[in-house]
Amino acid sequence: MLPEWVILLVSLCYLGTLFAIAYYADWRSDRGMSIISNPYIYTLSIAVYCTAWTFYGSVGRAAETGIGFMPIYLGPTLMAALWWFLLRKMIRIAKVYRITSIADFLASRYGKSSLIGGLVTIIAVVGIMPYISLQLKAVSTSYTVMLHYPDLAMIEEHKTSLWNDNAFSVAMIMAAFSILFGTRHIDATERHEGMVAAIAFESVVKLLAFSAAGIFATFIMFDGPIDLFDWAIRYPEISRLMQLEVLPGGYTNWFTLIFLSMMAIMFLPRQFQVLVVENVNEEHIRKAAWLFPFYLLAINIFVLPIAFAGMLMFPEGHVPPDIFVLALPLTEGQNILALFIYLGGLSAATGMVIVATIALSTMVCNDLVMPVLLRMLAIQQVQLGRVLLFIRRCSIVAVLLLGYLYYRFIGESYTLVTMGLVSFAAAAQFSPAILFGVFWKDASRRAAICGLSAGFLVWFYTLLLPSFARSGWLPLSFLVDGPFGIEQLRPYKLFGLDMFDPITHSVFWSMLVNGGLLVIISLLDRQSTMDRIQASLFVDVYRHSGGTHLWRGKAMITELQDLLARFIGARQSERAFANYSRIHKIDFTKDKQADAELVEFAERLLSGAIGAASARVMVSSVVEGEEISPEGVMKIIDETSQVLEYSHQLEEKSIELEAATKELQEANRRLKELDRLKDEFVSTVSHELRTPLTSVRAFSEILHDNVDMPQEERQKYLDIMVKETERLTRLINEVLDLAKIESGRADWYMEDIDLTEVLKEAVAATSQLFREKSVAMIEMVPTFPVRVFADRDRIFQVVINLLSNAAKFSPTEQGRVIVRLYFKEREIRVEVADNGPGIHPDEQQKIFEKFKQITDLRDGKPKGTGLGLAICRRIIEYHNGNIWVESSPGEGSKFIFSLPD
Amino acid sequence: MSPVKRKIQRLLVLFAFGCFALNYPLLSLFSKIALWYGIPVLYLYLFVFWVLFILSIAIVTERKKLPRTSFPPIFSRKSE
Repeated sequence: MLPEWVILLVSLCYLGTLFAIAYYADWRSDRGMSIISNPYIYTLSIAVYCTAWTFYGSVGRAAETGIGFMPIYLGPTLMAALWWFLLRKMIRIAKVYRITSIADFLASRYGKSSLIGGLVTIIAVVGIMPYISLQLKAVSTSYTVMLHYPDLAMIEEHKTSLWNDNAFSVAMIMAAFSILFGTRHIDATERHEGMVAAIAFESVVKLLAFSAAGIFATFIMFDGPIDLFDWAIRYPEISRLMQLEVLPGGYTNWFTLIFLSMMAIMFLPRQFQVLVVENVNEEHIRKAAWLFPFYLLAINIFVLPIAFAGMLMFPEGHVPPDIFVLALPLTEGQNILALFIYLGGLSAATGMVIVATIALSTMVCNDLVMPVLLRMLAIQQVQLGRVLLFIRRCSIVAVLLLGYLYYRFIGESYTLVTMGLVSFAAAAQFSPAILFGVFWKDASRRAAICGLSAGFLVWFYTLLLPSFARSGWLPLSFLVDGPFGIEQLRPYKLFGLDMFDPITHSVFWSMLVNGGLLVIISLLDRQSTMDRIQASLFVDVYRHSGGTHLWRGKAMITELQDLLARFIGARQSERAFANYSRIHKIDFTKDKQADAELVEFAERLLSGAIGAASARVMVSSVVEGEEISPEGVMKIIDETSQVLEYSHQLEEKSIELEAATKELQEANRRLKELDRLKDEFVSTVSHELRTPLTSVRAFSEILHDNVDMPQEERQKYLDIMVKETERLTRLINEVLDLAKIESGRADWYMEDIDLTEVLKEAVAATSQLFREKSVAMIEMVPTFPVRVFADRDRIFQVVINLLSNAAKFSPTEQGRVIVRLYFKEREIRVEVADNGPGIHPDEQQKIFEKFKQITDLRDGKPKGTGLGLAICRRIIEYHNGNIWVESSPGEGSKFIFSLPD
Repeated sequence: MSPVKRKIQRLLVLFAFGCFALNYPLLSLFSKIALWYGIPVLYLYLFVFWVLFILSIAIVTERKKLPRTSFPPIFSRKSE
């Protein structure tokens, strides 16, 4: 047995470590280097779900009901599948509207009503009482067990007087701790990075500690799980726990527990705090959605083995199963291990208490006290930052005291899990208002108030009051015979419904009344403008994430800033406004009037500190004139959805129309261009025909008129005429050829041909030309056949054309023409390069057009018909290839055509 | 169908499937005093299903990276 001072010292050191972690995280976050901004810390912080209930209670429950402990963790696993769209929406809403608690969430949704906020806060505080008392009970019991085990009589005795009662000290230490964690100063971000870091650390400790207990029980006390289960199945008292029928209430109870835990993981105030308020980035949900269930699985895997081991070790039943986790190592004399496990339990309990009390204190302050206080102080210019902190600190102490009282007067007669379930059933009362509120715009404020209060009352009557009766604070006849002997009103058998266990019974009635009233009254109700605005803003949050610009009146910027300073402090207020002016490029020294967006910014900032309902009241106190223009806004919000949908369709239509118009325009333009080209072509052709015709006619007239011309001269003229007619014929042939190709009437004989052979033949055919001008001809053609699918004659025509052009433009004597065939960019390329005068870049494109000849740089006279390259281009394009020229004046030119491989 | 809707539908189906698998009557098939591979049947079934379910969530949520959607905080402590 360890001496008391060791246990005390270790506990205090551990709490000190936690505080150091929190302090470090806050310090980092002040410098913009957040350590909690990752999905893993987020997941671990969600694991605050696993409290002392999990740590000690699960084993206790397993020892009574077998796998009856599991639905509490299977429910959240199922729910995690929906996080990606449900939780993401809630986080987005909370971030956009700066929501800091579940009460604020519901109040904002239902018309920023402080009534709803207050109601939710009361339900949360009353509902959480059993849960907090459970943690106190667990910590104080585990501390006593560590101190006195195996003297179990002492454990029973320890709570006789208030001053002997360590649960009270535990409660007060925890209160001090929460105050230090959560309410050191008012932070405009309203997030508690330090707290998140600390509870993430605690999640690691409790998982390790519980696993250590499990491994010890399974592998050291027994020979592994198979050995353990082999022992267990031999004893009917234990083996009966292997089936579900031992669970009181059977499958119905199982189902209820799954449902309750599904609601609890989302809507317990502390879960809402870590899941929604403390979330840094929506994207973290993606990983948390499967990592968190994995954490649950890991912490649960040893529950049943520990329970069985405990039952085998303490068959006489004098050790309560709730303390098996500690009792097993203590019995074996493993004091250090037990101390570590005790720290794990302490982690589980403190984590829950810290987050829950901080969440509740924010709610009590913003949604219960502030609305009342502001009515009295609204006009007085006081620094409210300190008041806020004071209220929050007081509410932390108050919440813990309530938990303590519940523990002291009632907790003794229950096991840990039963106490926790009462709280779960209370948290489930929030679910209809939130789920309907997030997805259904018609859920109205009055309906939510009725549903919530009725559900709460039924819960109070069917679960909380009976716990008073069972602990002797109310006569037991209240349970047995009903109040005043009215049997129909027996709290566990309301209206004679006696087929369920108490939890299922209460959940059934309360959810029926709660959800039923919410839906029915919503359908009958007419919502006010404000309510409908808020409903729209919540349900369509992804669309309204930008500003809504509800405010219309006038406000001075300085007044707004002063207002903020009163709540969050001058420094933070100044910084927020400075940020705003920088981002929105507004110079506050020039603009004295705040625009709607700035007023809204201030309201959101303020609602982080004092809640949405109070923030609205405060901001409207500095805005002069009409504060909002509900009718105008209504028009926007009510019609936006339909208008957006409609305008979306219109937009699509108009895009289609635009595309069609564009096509038509393009077609028209092409037609006009073709028409123009045809005219041009006709006129060019006639012009080109006229030149040779004129010369033929002129010479024939000379011959006709001068009969006595010398034979020599006559012969010369006749030669010219022959040449001109030849040119005429060639021209007409080419025109016909081009027309045929262009109109698509040309005949193509496509076949596999060897391109090298074509090149060689073309070179041979034009050799005479080159020889005449003494131009050197260099062939660089592969020795192997290069196969292409093409019209042989046409390709031959192209090569001949390029070669004769090259011959034409190469200088006599120094001329040099290179023919190459090579492969590049998955194409076969043929290149004809000369060292002629080159082509000016402006003309390189034009030469492939009809009748565009380049004027010879030397004698200024065009050579050829001007159709050759145009025909070449048509032919190559028909083969899906390209033809182009690379050249610059004085450098010679390269004509290249490519054919696809 | 947009990728977001497709993902949501997959998650809903997964959720419904999980609800069925973890309730009466499917659960009653495994509720018996017996050991499979040395482990109580019900316990084994629940944990195996649990692992598979977690894997399915991981596959559906992580598989397709949708465009990041995050809302910047209205006020940050870091003074830029």
